[in-house]
Amino acid sequence: MYESILNHPNSLFGEFERLRRELDDVFGVSGLPSSIRSVAPGTVPAINVGRTPNSVEIYAFAPGLDASKVEVTIDRGVLRISGERASGIPNGDAKVQVYTRERGTGSFTRAISLPADVDPGQVNASYRDGVLRVSVARRESAQPKRITVQ
Amino acid sequence: MSDNKQVTRTGTGAEQEQQRAVLPAVDVFEDAGGITLLADMPGVPKDRLELKIEGDALLIEGGVQAQTPEGLEAVYAEVRVPRYRRSFTLSRDLDTARIEANLKDGVLTLRIPKQAHAQPRRIAVTAG
Repeated sequence: MYESILNHPNSLFGEFERLRRELDDVFGVSGLPSSIRSVAPGTVPAINVGRTPNSVEIYAFAPGLDASKVEVTIDRGVLRISGERASGIPNGDAKVQVYTRERGTGSFTRAISLPADVDPGQVNASYRDGVLRVSVARRESAQPKRITVQ
Repeated sequence: MSDNKQVTRTGTGAEQEQQRAVLPAVDVFEDAGGITLLADMPGVPKDRLELKIEGDALLIEGGVQAQTPEGLEAVYAEVRVPRYRRSFTLSRDLDTARIEANLKDGVLTLRIPKQAHAQPRRIAVTAG
């Protein structure tokens, strides 16, 4: 749409941007129905999902986590990512004055329903630069193949 | 969408370099020694992070490094702008020459110490 004039989050157009996002949420960007597990924008962590012929890739933008405490589970086709983030602001120190507190803290869970053709037995999860990447392989039967004409 | 962007940016000179970016969430707090700033910049590796100080303006900018395998097709995206940018105005009591920066797991930590003369000190009162 008119993205170029919506660059400034604090401007008047920021409000239009918010409205546009809400409309996107209701109707879906491409007119597709949205997932029953979709959440409001701005929820931590933000998630991107992509697919390749061999796998489904989920990227969770979750900075500042202890990778060993992040839990990734797949149960009946639903991938759940949960973890907890401690606040970076020292607590209970009277000499510390806090000016801005925007970073989310505490525990979180996000759930994504996976397509039916994935193989829950072949999952890889890695954490780099604050992005958790989960790669779920698709079943061989779902992968594109060439059919020989007799 | 990208076509639209191109058109509006042609011929704007220096601003042509300005890419679309989102504001990273930050925490800012102050103690006796200085100010600490924490910024969430998930996906930004060290070599794509840029910190600039011009006069009393501090600019934080970082690009998200895509870890996308070949043939990836986006299905759903909440992060659509792969760049963070935010600037702050510093005050004169801060020592910009001694800023320490650390980037770990997508969290940037900036420690901006106060000038030595701006540190709080006790003023002795002498009885006259």
